[in-house]
Amino acid sequence: MATDASAYEEMLKGLWRENPTFVQVLGMCPMLAVTNSATNALVMGLATLFVLVGSSLLVSSFKRWIPKQVRISLYIIIIATFVTVVDYSLLALVPAIHKELGAFIPLIVANCMILGRQEAFASKHSIKYAVMDAIGMSLGFLIALLALGSVREILGSGSLFNVDLFGANFEPWVIMILPPGGFLTLGLLLLFFNWFTERRKQFLLKVAQADQSVAIVGVKDNG
Amino acid sequence: MSQSKNYEQEPSSNRLVASMAIAGFISGVIIIAIYLATFNTIKDNKARELRQAVFKVLPNVSYMQKLYFENNTLVIAKSDGMDDDMIFAGYDKQGKFIGYAIQGKGAGFQDTIHLLFGYLPEKQLMTGMAILESRETPGLGDKIFKDMHFVGEFVNHLMKQAIKAVKKGTKSHDYEIDAITGATISSKAVVRLMNAAFNRWSPKLSPLGQEPVFQMSKQTQGSLDSSQIQPESPNIQIGK
Repeated sequence: MATDASAYEEMLKGLWRENPTFVQVLGMCPMLAVTNSATNALVMGLATLFVLVGSSLLVSSFKRWIPKQVRISLYIIIIATFVTVVDYSLLALVPAIHKELGAFIPLIVANCMILGRQEAFASKHSIKYAVMDAIGMSLGFLIALLALGSVREILGSGSLFNVDLFGANFEPWVIMILPPGGFLTLGLLLLFFNWFTERRKQFLLKVAQADQSVAIVGVKDNG
Repeated sequence: MSQSKNYEQEPSSNRLVASMAIAGFISGVIIIAIYLATFNTIKDNKARELRQAVFKVLPNVSYMQKLYFENNTLVIAKSDGMDDDMIFAGYDKQGKFIGYAIQGKGAGFQDTIHLLFGYLPEKQLMTGMAILESRETPGLGDKIFKDMHFVGEFVNHLMKQAIKAVKKGTKSHDYEIDAITGATISSKAVVRLMNAAFNRWSPKLSPLGQEPVFQMSKQTQGSLDSSQIQPESPNIQIGK
Protein backbone atom coordinates (compact mmCIF):
# COMPACT_ATOMS: atom_id res chain seq x y z
CA MET A 1 0.00 0.00 0.00
CA ALA A 2 1.95 2.93 -1.29
CA THR A 3 -0.56 5.48 -0.02
CA ASP A 4 -0.38 4.15 3.54
CA ALA A 5 3.38 4.34 3.51
CA SER A 6 3.33 7.95 2.34
CA ALA A 7 0.67 8.91 4.90
CA TYR A 8 2.90 7.38 7.52
CA GLU A 9 5.77 9.39 6.09
CA GLU A 10 3.70 12.58 6.51
CA MET A 11 3.45 11.77 10.19
CA LEU A 12 7.09 10.84 10.67
CA LYS A 13 8.45 14.02 9.15
CA GLY A 14 7.02 16.09 12.01
CA LEU A 15 8.88 14.07 14.59
CA TRP A 16 12.36 14.75 13.36
CA ARG A 17 13.10 15.99 9.85
CA GLU A 18 10.63 18.90 9.99
CA ASN A 19 10.22 19.09 13.75
CA PRO A 20 8.15 22.26 14.39
CA THR A 21 10.42 23.37 17.23
CA PHE A 22 13.92 22.25 16.38
CA VAL A 23 13.76 22.72 12.61
CA GLN A 24 10.97 25.19 11.87
CA VAL A 25 11.41 27.07 15.19
CA LEU A 26 7.66 27.76 15.44
CA GLY A 27 5.45 28.05 18.49
CA MET A 28 8.17 29.47 20.71
CA CYS A 29 5.82 31.24 23.12
CA PRO A 30 4.44 28.11 24.83
CA MET A 31 7.80 26.41 24.33
CA LEU A 32 9.53 28.94 26.58
CA ALA A 33 6.67 29.84 28.87
CA VAL A 34 5.17 26.59 30.13
CA THR A 35 8.14 24.22 30.10
CA ASN A 36 9.21 24.89 33.68
CA SER A 37 7.92 21.45 34.62
CA ALA A 38 7.42 18.23 32.70
CA THR A 39 3.75 17.99 33.71
CA ASN A 40 2.96 21.45 32.34
CA ALA A 41 4.82 20.60 29.15
CA LEU A 42 2.85 17.36 28.75
CA VAL A 43 -0.54 19.01 29.25
CA MET A 44 0.33 21.85 26.89
CA GLY A 45 1.54 19.32 24.31
CA LEU A 46 -1.67 17.30 24.56
CA ALA A 47 -3.83 20.43 24.36
CA THR A 48 -1.95 21.52 21.24
CA LEU A 49 -2.31 18.03 19.77
CA PHE A 50 -6.08 18.12 20.22
CA VAL A 51 -6.39 21.60 18.70
CA LEU A 52 -4.07 20.91 15.76
CA VAL A 53 -5.57 17.54 14.82
CA GLY A 54 -9.14 18.87 15.15
CA SER A 55 -8.41 22.00 13.13
CA SER A 56 -6.54 20.13 10.40
CA LEU A 57 -9.39 17.63 10.11
CA LEU A 58 -11.98 20.39 9.71
CA VAL A 59 -9.92 22.63 7.44
CA SER A 60 -9.10 19.70 5.19
CA SER A 61 -12.72 18.50 5.13
CA PHE A 62 -14.15 21.91 4.28
CA LYS A 63 -11.33 23.17 2.09
CA ARG A 64 -13.58 23.15 -0.99
CA TRP A 65 -16.08 25.49 0.67
CA ILE A 66 -13.59 27.86 2.28
CA PRO A 67 -13.20 30.92 0.03
CA LYS A 68 -9.54 31.85 -0.03
CA GLN A 69 -10.29 35.55 0.60
CA VAL A 70 -11.55 34.81 4.10
CA ARG A 71 -9.57 31.64 4.78
CA ILE A 72 -7.33 33.05 7.53
CA SER A 73 -10.26 34.28 9.59
CA LEU A 74 -12.08 30.99 9.08
CA TYR A 75 -9.00 29.04 10.20
CA ILE A 76 -8.76 31.23 13.27
CA ILE A 77 -12.46 30.70 14.05
CA ILE A 78 -11.97 26.93 13.81
CA ILE A 79 -8.80 26.99 15.92
CA ALA A 80 -10.32 29.32 18.50
CA THR A 81 -13.34 27.05 18.89
CA PHE A 82 -11.13 24.06 19.63
CA VAL A 83 -9.03 26.12 22.04
CA THR A 84 -12.13 27.23 23.94
CA VAL A 85 -13.24 23.60 24.21
CA VAL A 86 -9.81 22.66 25.61
CA ASP A 87 -9.77 25.64 27.96
CA TYR A 88 -13.13 24.84 29.57
CA SER A 89 -12.45 21.09 29.65
CA LEU A 90 -9.14 21.55 31.46
CA LEU A 91 -10.71 24.02 33.86
CA ALA A 92 -13.40 21.48 34.70
CA LEU A 93 -11.26 18.33 34.76
CA VAL A 94 -7.82 19.38 36.03
CA PRO A 95 -8.25 22.81 37.68
CA ALA A 96 -4.83 22.64 39.35
CA ILE A 97 -2.95 22.26 36.08
CA HIS A 98 -5.17 24.79 34.35
CA LYS A 99 -4.17 27.23 37.06
CA GLU A 100 -0.47 26.68 36.37
CA LEU A 101 -0.79 26.96 32.61
CA GLY A 102 -2.89 30.07 33.08
CA ALA A 103 -3.01 32.43 30.14
CA PHE A 104 -1.11 30.08 27.86
CA ILE A 105 -4.06 27.82 27.06
CA PRO A 106 -6.05 30.64 25.39
CA LEU A 107 -2.82 31.68 23.66
CA ILE A 108 -2.77 28.37 21.74
CA VAL A 109 -5.00 30.27 19.29
CA ALA A 110 -1.98 32.37 18.40
CA ASN A 111 0.43 29.46 18.10
CA CYS A 112 1.86 30.06 14.65
CA MET A 113 2.62 26.36 14.25
CA ILE A 114 -1.11 25.56 14.17
CA LEU A 115 -2.15 28.27 11.71
CA GLY A 116 0.96 27.45 9.69
CA ARG A 117 -0.08 23.81 9.26
CA GLN A 118 -3.56 24.85 8.07
CA GLU A 119 -2.17 27.28 5.53
CA ALA A 120 0.75 25.15 4.36
CA PHE A 121 -0.68 21.65 4.53
CA ALA A 122 -4.26 20.91 5.60
CA SER A 123 -5.83 23.31 3.09
CA LYS A 124 -4.05 21.55 0.21
CA HIS A 125 -4.23 17.87 1.12
CA SER A 126 -6.81 15.17 1.68
CA ILE A 127 -8.24 14.50 5.12
CA LYS A 128 -6.07 11.46 5.74
CA TYR A 129 -2.81 13.23 4.96
CA ALA A 130 -3.85 16.35 6.83
CA VAL A 131 -4.63 14.36 9.99
CA MET A 132 -1.41 12.35 9.76
CA ASP A 133 0.57 15.54 9.26
CA ALA A 134 -1.17 17.15 12.24
CA ILE A 135 -0.50 14.14 14.47
CA GLY A 136 3.16 14.07 13.45
CA MET A 137 3.66 17.80 13.93
CA SER A 138 1.98 17.89 17.32
CA LEU A 139 3.88 14.82 18.49
CA GLY A 140 7.08 16.53 17.39
CA PHE A 141 5.98 19.60 19.33
CA LEU A 142 5.11 17.44 22.33
CA ILE A 143 8.53 15.74 22.25
CA ALA A 144 10.26 19.13 22.14
CA LEU A 145 8.11 20.47 25.00
CA LEU A 146 8.81 17.38 27.07
CA ALA A 147 12.55 17.52 26.37
CA LEU A 148 12.69 21.14 27.47
CA GLY A 149 10.34 20.65 30.42
CA SER A 150 12.20 17.58 31.71
CA VAL A 151 15.64 19.19 31.51
CA ARG A 152 14.40 22.33 33.24
CA GLU A 153 12.50 20.48 35.95
CA ILE A 154 15.37 18.08 36.69
CA LEU A 155 17.94 20.87 36.95
CA GLY A 156 15.69 23.54 38.40
CA SER A 157 13.64 21.58 40.93
CA GLY A 158 15.48 18.26 41.21
CA SER A 159 12.38 16.32 40.25
CA LEU A 160 10.60 14.89 37.21
CA PHE A 161 6.79 14.83 36.94
CA ASN A 162 6.84 16.02 40.57
CA VAL A 163 8.75 12.90 41.67
CA ASP A 164 11.76 13.90 43.74
CA LEU A 165 14.96 12.57 42.16
CA PHE A 166 17.90 13.62 44.28
CA GLY A 167 16.68 13.80 47.85
CA ALA A 168 16.71 16.68 50.29
CA ASN A 169 20.36 17.68 49.84
CA PHE A 170 19.91 18.68 46.22
CA GLU A 171 20.41 22.41 45.72
CA PRO A 172 18.14 23.34 42.79
CA TRP A 173 19.57 25.42 39.98
CA VAL A 174 16.71 27.88 40.18
CA ILE A 175 17.52 29.87 37.07
CA MET A 176 16.45 26.87 35.01
CA ILE A 177 12.78 27.28 35.94
CA LEU A 178 12.89 31.04 35.43
CA PRO A 179 12.50 32.51 31.92
CA PRO A 180 16.29 32.73 31.27
CA GLY A 181 16.51 28.98 31.88
CA GLY A 182 14.01 28.47 29.06
CA PHE A 183 16.17 30.37 26.61
CA LEU A 184 19.36 28.64 27.79
CA THR A 185 17.88 25.16 27.53
CA LEU A 186 16.23 25.85 24.18
CA GLY A 187 19.49 27.23 22.79
CA LEU A 188 21.45 24.21 23.98
CA LEU A 189 18.85 21.77 22.64
CA LEU A 190 18.84 23.52 19.25
CA LEU A 191 22.63 23.36 19.24
CA PHE A 192 22.56 19.66 20.05
CA PHE A 193 19.86 18.99 17.45
CA ASN A 194 21.75 20.77 14.68
CA TRP A 195 25.06 19.21 15.69
CA PHE A 196 23.46 15.76 15.57
CA THR A 197 21.78 16.43 12.22
CA GLU A 198 25.05 17.72 10.78
CA ARG A 199 26.95 14.67 12.04
CA ARG A 200 24.33 12.37 10.58
CA LYS A 201 24.63 14.14 7.24
CA GLN A 202 28.43 13.79 7.30
CA PHE A 203 28.08 10.13 8.20
CA LEU A 204 25.62 9.46 5.37
CA LEU A 205 27.93 11.32 3.00
CA LYS A 206 30.86 9.14 4.07
CA VAL A 207 28.79 5.99 3.64
CA ALA A 208 27.76 7.15 0.19
CA GLN A 209 31.39 7.86 -0.71
CA ALA A 210 32.48 4.51 0.61
CA ASP A 211 29.73 2.84 -1.42
CA GLN A 212 30.85 4.72 -4.46
CA SER A 213 34.50 3.73 -4.04
CA VAL A 214 33.44 0.14 -3.47
CA ALA A 215 31.39 0.39 -6.61
CA ILE A 216 34.35 1.87 -8.48
CA VAL A 217 36.64 -0.86 -7.16
CA GLY A 218 34.00 -3.36 -8.18
CA VAL A 219 33.88 -1.87 -11.68
CA LYS A 220 37.69 -1.95 -11.88
CA ASP A 221 37.78 -5.55 -10.72
CA ASN A 222 35.27 -6.48 -13.29
CA GLY A 223 37.15 -4.56 -15.89
CA MET B 1 -13.01 38.81 -22.13
CA SER B 2 -10.64 36.85 -19.99
CA GLN B 3 -10.79 39.60 -17.40
CA SER B 4 -14.54 39.36 -17.02
CA LYS B 5 -14.17 35.63 -16.68
CA ASN B 6 -11.74 36.14 -13.82
CA TYR B 7 -14.24 38.41 -12.13
CA GLU B 8 -16.87 35.73 -12.48
CA GLN B 9 -14.62 33.24 -10.72
CA GLU B 10 -14.28 35.50 -7.71
CA PRO B 11 -16.81 34.40 -5.10
CA SER B 12 -19.57 36.93 -4.55
CA SER B 13 -19.42 39.02 -1.42
CA ASN B 14 -22.64 37.33 -0.34
CA ARG B 15 -20.87 34.01 -0.37
CA LEU B 16 -17.95 35.39 1.65
CA VAL B 17 -20.29 36.87 4.22
CA ALA B 18 -22.34 33.69 4.33
CA SER B 19 -19.32 31.45 4.92
CA MET B 20 -18.06 33.69 7.72
CA ALA B 21 -21.53 33.87 9.27
CA ILE B 22 -22.05 30.10 9.14
CA ALA B 23 -18.61 29.43 10.63
CA GLY B 24 -19.21 32.02 13.33
CA PHE B 25 -22.61 30.58 14.14
CA ILE B 26 -21.36 26.97 14.39
CA SER B 27 -18.40 28.11 16.47
CA GLY B 28 -20.70 30.07 18.75
CA VAL B 29 -23.01 27.11 19.28
CA ILE B 30 -20.05 24.84 20.14
CA ILE B 31 -18.51 27.38 22.52
CA ILE B 32 -21.79 27.98 24.34
CA ALA B 33 -22.40 24.22 24.52
CA ILE B 34 -19.02 23.51 26.12
CA TYR B 35 -19.48 26.49 28.45
CA LEU B 36 -22.82 25.16 29.65
CA ALA B 37 -21.56 21.58 29.83
CA THR B 38 -18.63 22.49 32.09
CA PHE B 39 -20.26 25.36 34.00
CA ASN B 40 -21.49 23.35 36.97
CA THR B 41 -18.27 21.36 37.38
CA ILE B 42 -16.18 24.53 37.31
CA LYS B 43 -18.49 26.24 39.79
CA ASP B 44 -18.40 23.20 42.09
CA ASN B 45 -14.61 23.05 41.87
CA LYS B 46 -14.30 26.67 42.90
CA ALA B 47 -16.84 26.34 45.68
CA ARG B 48 -15.12 23.20 46.99
CA GLU B 49 -11.74 24.91 46.92
CA LEU B 50 -13.09 27.85 48.88
CA ARG B 51 -14.95 25.63 51.32
CA GLN B 52 -11.85 23.58 52.03
CA ALA B 53 -9.75 26.72 52.44
CA VAL B 54 -12.24 28.44 54.73
CA PHE B 55 -12.45 25.46 57.07
CA LYS B 56 -8.71 24.90 56.92
CA VAL B 57 -7.72 28.38 58.06
CA LEU B 58 -10.30 28.47 60.83
CA PRO B 59 -10.30 25.18 62.73
CA ASN B 60 -13.13 23.82 64.91
CA VAL B 61 -15.78 25.63 62.95
CA SER B 62 -18.93 23.85 61.90
CA TYR B 63 -20.43 26.46 59.58
CA MET B 64 -19.61 29.83 58.09
CA GLN B 65 -21.76 32.88 57.55
CA LYS B 66 -20.98 34.96 54.47
CA LEU B 67 -21.02 38.68 55.33
CA TYR B 68 -20.62 42.00 53.56
CA PHE B 69 -19.76 45.37 55.01
CA GLU B 70 -22.37 47.88 53.91
CA ASN B 71 -23.49 51.21 55.38
CA ASN B 72 -21.07 50.89 58.28
CA THR B 73 -22.38 47.55 59.37
CA LEU B 74 -22.04 43.89 58.53
CA VAL B 75 -24.89 42.42 56.52
CA ILE B 76 -25.57 38.87 55.45
CA ALA B 77 -24.49 38.12 51.93
CA LYS B 78 -27.25 36.27 50.20
CA SER B 79 -25.39 35.58 46.96
CA ASP B 80 -24.69 32.03 45.88
CA GLY B 81 -21.03 32.43 45.06
CA MET B 82 -18.34 34.43 46.68
CA ASP B 83 -16.56 37.64 45.87
CA ASP B 84 -13.60 39.64 47.04
CA ASP B 85 -15.58 41.89 49.36
CA MET B 86 -16.94 39.07 51.44
CA ILE B 87 -15.85 38.08 54.90
CA PHE B 88 -16.69 34.79 56.58
CA ALA B 89 -17.78 34.46 60.19
CA GLY B 90 -17.26 30.99 61.66
CA TYR B 91 -19.47 29.37 64.29
CA ASP B 92 -19.21 26.13 66.20
CA LYS B 93 -21.89 23.46 66.51
CA GLN B 94 -23.78 25.32 69.24
CA GLY B 95 -23.87 28.45 67.08
CA LYS B 96 -21.22 30.21 69.15
CA PHE B 97 -19.07 32.67 67.23
CA ILE B 98 -15.44 31.62 66.87
CA GLY B 99 -13.66 33.86 64.39
CA TYR B 100 -13.38 35.26 60.89
CA ALA B 101 -11.89 34.09 57.64
CA ILE B 102 -10.58 37.17 55.86
CA GLN B 103 -9.63 37.48 52.20
CA GLY B 104 -6.71 39.40 50.77
CA LYS B 105 -6.02 40.04 47.12
CA GLY B 106 -3.33 41.91 45.27
CA ALA B 107 -0.21 41.83 43.15
CA GLY B 108 2.30 39.05 43.71
CA PHE B 109 5.53 38.49 41.81
CA GLN B 110 3.86 37.49 38.55
CA ASP B 111 0.14 37.83 38.89
CA THR B 112 -2.58 38.41 41.44
CA ILE B 113 -2.34 36.44 44.66
CA HIS B 114 -5.65 35.70 46.34
CA LEU B 115 -5.37 34.45 49.88
CA LEU B 116 -7.49 33.70 52.90
CA PHE B 117 -6.57 33.71 56.57
CA GLY B 118 -8.37 32.83 59.77
CA TYR B 119 -8.53 35.34 62.62
CA LEU B 120 -9.74 35.04 66.19
CA PRO B 121 -10.60 38.57 67.35
CA GLU B 122 -10.83 37.51 70.99
CA LYS B 123 -7.20 36.43 71.14
CA GLN B 124 -5.96 38.64 68.27
CA LEU B 125 -4.65 35.45 66.78
CA MET B 126 -4.16 34.47 63.16
CA THR B 127 -5.07 30.79 62.90
CA GLY B 128 -3.67 29.93 59.49
CA MET B 129 -3.67 30.92 55.86
CA ALA B 130 -4.41 29.42 52.48
CA ILE B 131 -3.61 30.60 48.97
CA LEU B 132 -6.71 30.49 46.81
CA GLU B 133 -5.16 31.71 43.61
CA SER B 134 -1.64 32.51 42.50
CA ARG B 135 0.56 32.22 39.46
CA GLU B 136 3.89 32.56 41.20
CA THR B 137 6.92 30.92 39.59
CA PRO B 138 6.64 27.13 39.82
CA GLY B 139 9.40 25.82 42.06
CA LEU B 140 10.06 29.20 43.68
CA GLY B 141 7.12 31.49 44.31
CA ASP B 142 4.69 28.60 44.56
CA LYS B 143 6.38 27.71 47.84
CA ILE B 144 4.04 30.25 49.41
CA PHE B 145 1.58 27.36 49.56
CA LYS B 146 3.87 24.35 49.07
CA ASP B 147 6.47 25.16 51.74
CA MET B 148 4.91 23.89 54.95
CA HIS B 149 7.32 25.86 57.14
CA PHE B 150 6.16 29.11 55.54
CA VAL B 151 2.48 28.18 55.73
CA GLY B 152 3.03 27.13 59.34
CA GLU B 153 4.38 30.56 60.20
CA PHE B 154 0.84 31.91 60.07
CA VAL B 155 -0.66 29.33 62.39
CA ASN B 156 -1.26 30.91 65.82
CA HIS B 157 0.48 34.11 64.88
CA LEU B 158 -0.27 37.00 67.24
CA MET B 159 -1.62 40.01 65.32
CA LYS B 160 -0.64 42.79 67.75
CA GLN B 161 1.14 44.64 64.96
CA ALA B 162 1.77 44.31 61.24
CA ILE B 163 3.52 41.12 60.14
CA LYS B 164 6.98 41.48 58.68
CA ALA B 165 8.79 38.96 56.49
CA VAL B 166 12.51 38.72 57.25
CA LYS B 167 15.31 36.60 55.82
CA LYS B 168 15.10 33.03 57.02
CA GLY B 169 16.93 32.57 60.29
CA THR B 170 17.07 36.25 61.26
CA LYS B 171 13.71 36.30 63.04
CA SER B 172 14.02 38.19 66.34
CA HIS B 173 10.50 39.46 67.10
CA ASP B 174 7.11 37.83 67.46
CA TYR B 175 5.63 39.79 64.58
CA GLU B 176 8.32 38.65 62.17
CA ILE B 177 8.07 35.53 60.03
CA ASP B 178 10.66 33.67 57.94
CA ALA B 179 10.53 34.55 54.25
CA ILE B 180 11.13 31.77 51.72
CA THR B 181 14.69 31.58 50.45
CA GLY B 182 14.60 32.40 46.74
CA ALA B 183 11.05 33.69 46.88
CA THR B 184 11.45 36.85 48.93
CA ILE B 185 9.18 38.92 46.71
CA SER B 186 6.37 36.37 46.86
CA SER B 187 6.74 36.01 50.64
CA LYS B 188 6.69 39.76 51.14
CA ALA B 189 3.68 40.04 48.82
CA VAL B 190 1.78 37.51 50.95
CA VAL B 191 2.58 39.43 54.12
CA ARG B 192 1.73 42.78 52.53
CA LEU B 193 -1.65 41.47 51.33
CA MET B 194 -2.38 40.07 54.79
CA ASN B 195 -1.55 43.34 56.51
CA ALA B 196 -3.63 45.29 54.00
CA ALA B 197 -6.59 42.96 54.41
CA PHE B 198 -6.24 43.05 58.17
CA ASN B 199 -6.09 46.85 58.26
CA ARG B 200 -9.07 47.03 55.98
CA TRP B 201 -11.24 44.71 58.03
CA SER B 202 -10.23 45.03 61.66
CA PRO B 203 -11.84 48.48 62.21
CA LYS B 204 -15.06 47.21 60.67
CA LEU B 205 -15.36 44.12 62.82
CA SER B 206 -17.01 44.08 66.19
CA PRO B 207 -14.89 45.02 69.21
CA LEU B 208 -12.66 42.45 70.82
CA GLY B 209 -14.29 39.23 71.79
CA GLN B 210 -17.75 40.22 70.70
CA GLU B 211 -19.88 38.34 68.28
CA PRO B 212 -20.42 40.10 64.94
CA VAL B 213 -23.73 41.90 64.78
CA PHE B 214 -25.48 41.98 61.48
CA GLN B 215 -28.64 43.46 60.19
CA MET B 216 -30.72 40.36 59.78
CA SER B 217 -32.26 38.27 62.50
CA LYS B 218 -30.34 35.06 62.93
CA GLN B 219 -33.34 32.88 62.19
CA THR B 220 -31.49 31.27 59.32
CA GLN B 221 -28.84 29.99 61.67
CA GLY B 222 -28.18 26.29 61.44
CA SER B 223 -30.36 25.79 58.40
CA LEU B 224 -28.87 25.26 54.98
CA ASP B 225 -29.09 28.38 52.88
CA SER B 226 -26.97 30.05 50.28
CA SER B 227 -25.60 32.67 52.66
CA GLN B 228 -23.87 29.99 54.72
CA ILE B 229 -21.12 27.55 53.91
CA GLN B 230 -21.14 24.08 55.37
CA PRO B 231 -18.16 21.77 55.44
CA GLU B 232 -18.21 19.23 52.65
CA SER B 233 -19.35 16.19 54.61
CA PRO B 234 -19.60 17.01 58.31
CA ASN B 235 -20.54 13.44 59.27
CA ILE B 236 -17.30 11.99 58.04
CA GLN B 237 -15.27 14.76 59.63
CA ILE B 238 -16.87 14.33 63.02
CA GLY B 239 -17.25 10.54 62.88
CA LYS B 240 -13.64 9.81 62.12
